[in-house]
Amino acid sequence: MLLNTIIILPFIASLLIGLLGKDYLRLNYFIALSSSVILFLLSLYLLYLFDPLSNEYQFQTQINWITQFNIQYYIGIDGISLPLILLTTFITPLVIMTSNTSQKKNLHQYLAAFLILESLMIGVFSSLDAFLFYIFWEAMLIPMFIIIGVWGGTNRIYATVKFFLYTFLGSVFMLLALIYLHFKTGSYAINDFYNADLSLNEQIIIFLAFLFAFGVKIPMWPVHTWLPDAHVEAPTGGSVILAAILLKMGGYGFLRFSLPIATEGAVYLSGFMIVLSLIAIIYIGMVAIAQNDMKKLIAYSSISHMGFVTLGCFVYLYSSNDSLNLETTNLAINGAMIQMISHGLISAALFLCIGVMYDRLHTRKISDYGGVITVMPKFGALMVFFALSNAALPGTSGFVGEFIIILASFKINAWIAMMAATTLVIGAFYTLWMLKRVIFGTVVNEKINSLKEITFIESLPLCLLATSILAIGLWPGPLFDLMSNSINALSEFILSKAS
Amino acid sequence: MALLSPLCGALLAAVFGKSLGKWFTNSVTILGVLISLGVSTLLLSILIEDPSQVLNQSIYSWMKIGELEFQLGFLIDNLTASMMFVVTFVSLMVHIYSIGYMKDDPGYHRFFSYISLFTFSMLSLLMANNFLQLFFGWEAVGVMSYLLIGFWYTKASAIKANFKAFIINRVGDFSLLLGIALLFANLGTLDYISIFKSAESLSNTSISISSSLNVSVITLSCILLFGGAMGKSAQMPLHVWLPDSMEGPTPISALIHAATMVTAGVFMLARMSPLYELSTSALSFVLIIGATTALFTGFLGLVQNDIKRVIAYSTLSQLGYMIVAAGVSAYSASLFHLMTHAFFKALLFLAAGSVIVALHHQQDIRKMGGLYRHLPFTYATSVIGTLALIGFPGFSGFFSKDALIEAVHFSNIFGSDYAYFAVLVGVFVTALYSFRLLFIVFHGEDKFKNNPVKEPSISIVIPLILLAIPSALIAWPTIGPMVFGDFFTNSIMQPSAYDLFGFQFTNPINFLFHALKSPVVYIAGFGFITAFYLYIIKPDLPQKISEFLRPIHNLLLERYYFDYLIEQGIGQSFKKIGNVFWTLGDIRIIDDTLVNGIGRNIHTISSKFKKIQSGYIYHYAFMMILSLSLFLGWVIFITIEPS
Repeated sequence: MLLNTIIILPFIASLLIGLLGKDYLRLNYFIALSSSVILFLLSLYLLYLFDPLSNEYQFQTQINWITQFNIQYYIGIDGISLPLILLTTFITPLVIMTSNTSQKKNLHQYLAAFLILESLMIGVFSSLDAFLFYIFWEAMLIPMFIIIGVWGGTNRIYATVKFFLYTFLGSVFMLLALIYLHFKTGSYAINDFYNADLSLNEQIIIFLAFLFAFGVKIPMWPVHTWLPDAHVEAPTGGSVILAAILLKMGGYGFLRFSLPIATEGAVYLSGFMIVLSLIAIIYIGMVAIAQNDMKKLIAYSSISHMGFVTLGCFVYLYSSNDSLNLETTNLAINGAMIQMISHGLISAALFLCIGVMYDRLHTRKISDYGGVITVMPKFGALMVFFALSNAALPGTSGFVGEFIIILASFKINAWIAMMAATTLVIGAFYTLWMLKRVIFGTVVNEKINSLKEITFIESLPLCLLATSILAIGLWPGPLFDLMSNSINALSEFILSKAS
Repeated sequence: MALLSPLCGALLAAVFGKSLGKWFTNSVTILGVLISLGVSTLLLSILIEDPSQVLNQSIYSWMKIGELEFQLGFLIDNLTASMMFVVTFVSLMVHIYSIGYMKDDPGYHRFFSYISLFTFSMLSLLMANNFLQLFFGWEAVGVMSYLLIGFWYTKASAIKANFKAFIINRVGDFSLLLGIALLFANLGTLDYISIFKSAESLSNTSISISSSLNVSVITLSCILLFGGAMGKSAQMPLHVWLPDSMEGPTPISALIHAATMVTAGVFMLARMSPLYELSTSALSFVLIIGATTALFTGFLGLVQNDIKRVIAYSTLSQLGYMIVAAGVSAYSASLFHLMTHAFFKALLFLAAGSVIVALHHQQDIRKMGGLYRHLPFTYATSVIGTLALIGFPGFSGFFSKDALIEAVHFSNIFGSDYAYFAVLVGVFVTALYSFRLLFIVFHGEDKFKNNPVKEPSISIVIPLILLAIPSALIAWPTIGPMVFGDFFTNSIMQPSAYDLFGFQFTNPINFLFHALKSPVVYIAGFGFITAFYLYIIKPDLPQKISEFLRPIHNLLLERYYFDYLIEQGIGQSFKKIGNVFWTLGDIRIIDDTLVNGIGRNIHTISSKFKKIQSGYIYHYAFMMILSLSLFLGWVIFITIEPS
């Protein structure tokens, strides 16, 4: 019941806002903010009730929906989805809180779009029925499409069309795979898919179909170019949600669908997946260096960091001596998960920071800035902290996932680990170079001198994010405790099917 | 307690500093470091009493996945305790010194909280009992160094220097991380003690780099770990960041870039001695890198005209000496030199800072001269520091340098002859540039007759005097137990003193007479005479020599083109490659050709098809007839079997 409430609550709030209309601006803001905060508290209560020692799905609800096709409203969560739900409910209030820092027409619609999006995102993470999952997954595109298309920048139409076509094309293949699996098993429950009897060829094709959907979403090279465009055109809030949560759905999809369903396909294609991940880490990292738009830079940095997620998802399958190792598998998948959470926090913070600067100067070009810290010392300090976390400084959450994934990769192959570890240099290069040109230095642009220090409402989300980044970096233990049993069950399942 | 008090001091200073004033900031941070020093002294004295009381305790479980658990914790033995003492002592001196040095700086509070935070990071590096925490501390001191080099963030040269320092350190950390991962992949743990215990079992394991090349795991991991030390301890070719780091405030140069952080690499070699002792090839590698650094960076000190840069190159060269000592397994001698160097180099930097403050931030030595009349305390302490640096008999540097050169002389691993040659020439070069600096700055023509220069405030002078005492005398009581005795037996694995040095140590006086038989002292003396001749008797001569040896002089001025190579070659090519990848790969190929290309093609094709939907009945009728006949043809084709 609690989980259902969590899914439906933001939707109700958005309806309320829609009914009130644009005349009650402050009331709308209050409703949106309070409902998202209440939702976060509810999800914390969910965390409190959650039993991390069990590896079963918890808080299940199972209702028949379309009986002809055996489609059910079937939801539940485990240690893999719960952290991502918490991330969603944590980031959304921050976005809503900062929504009125810049002038927007029809703010109430903007708020309602985010609340609907929140409902759908939680729905994606808690669906246990593949068809339900698909509906949430596709429906999510609509509010995101509107957010970019209505409140976006000048080139927003191109960006939205590209975003929509890319993700839609990807998910069509996923739908085909899901329908095929339904014919095989007679059910849409994901659990039944796990035990479907599939030949190697079927598994490879299903894996590729899923790869289209999840690879676009995460995104992987070479289907990544929609992301920088979407980020550049999206309003700050849209960028935050896009980077912090929507990208994570790709990784979640790999863990929930591709790996357990098409395991042998994944083993067969693991070398291919590792190569794509390494390209993302190195090539995209180099591309990030060349950017002169801050949002693009962070967007490319996101793709590069997501390369670690895909690496963690697949590297352990590439074992030359046929002895797949449970410890390495656990290490890699845990690393991928924590990398997703951490990137959610850090990229959200960085996009909020860029938003703060954009609201003041209305430009994202790096060359228009310089010496921001001289006029905005508090903001500068926060930005330096987030940049260092983005460069995977130990003690921040950015380090944990990359460290663990590099350790796991080294057990598989030293060269893979070495190439992945180049991110230490490349990541530091693009982030700190941006820092050098934007935050430090002398003030050349006269407009910089007129910048005002961040307000309380702008700094609150940043401080909350900084605290959580630091907390996870210094003591990731509790987060691992939350996930590791479910991941262990997943790993055992994958390994039993792979060998 | 020792660890947390500087952290508390830093946080208090950062949060309340602005509102409660400077006096609050400096007293709270100094109190923090003072407590830390007290606890370190206490730990050290406990361990001297009873070396078996080694503390190895985990604090909390950082991560636990199934059976695998990473814990953070402390390992405090004689090695850690003595390093902690050195770090907190120098840090305290620098804190006191900074009250005077930074008093007019708008970033006063930030400065104090940074240096306290640095002290915290450095202590957590030293006290680690596992590789994870080592890496934590390792990167944390790197960040503090980054922030402090760029302390004056509006200065273009400073933010260039700190960016460079961080990136080059990251190259070292990259290697360190891979070294850690290699050990983890083979031993399944990150804990020091368990790794040291099981390391021997690895001595026959090897890892294949390519199909034809197999390398022993121990050798490879030692070399990779040393890569980290090369970054942090600025060994060639990763040394280029250290001279540039002089853009930061002078107290930082003394604390971070002379006495503590840059010695982290030396500390790590000593800490990992159970691993290094298993691989002679790794030791040879260490030895050769160290010797090269010791010799060649010393030459660069000869041509610098910035007072801090001369000392910075001297630091590089002395770090090379320490690495050389570790390379011949004389870790105790290496640490001993680390300790004496921490005192006398911090002293030299702080004295240079005193000159800089007295002359209102003038750093060019060509504009100085005859200062000994004006700055008597600074002059006296500089002389002590210089004598210690060149190894004048009786001063601390004499004992430490002589002991390590003896060890190099006696060693016979691959590369030790080259290293012996390098360190001997290095002694001459050290004496030459040190006295060059001293003579140019304090002697010669008095350039300040008309506008007298005053000795800076008392908080600057006190640390100078407090550092001068150990610079001169610390070696007398400590050389016996530390280098030749069993002070480090509970923490370092190395051959017995007799096997390392080839003679029996009885007491410091005997050692002094023994050392007088070796060429070291005479080489240094020769260096002094040369400097005296060149800069006091014939001050015109250096100019002529440099013109006579123009190509060499240019090579030295250009710092062997290493900086050029790294900035232009690697830094710029990073940017260029990134640009090519972006414009060619992402924009041209993926976006224009594939994504938009497909879009365009679909558009073209569909606009052709659009013409079919013309709305004229006869077009549709024609289409129907055409398709019907095609369909019929197909049916006939597949149903009629060829006979």
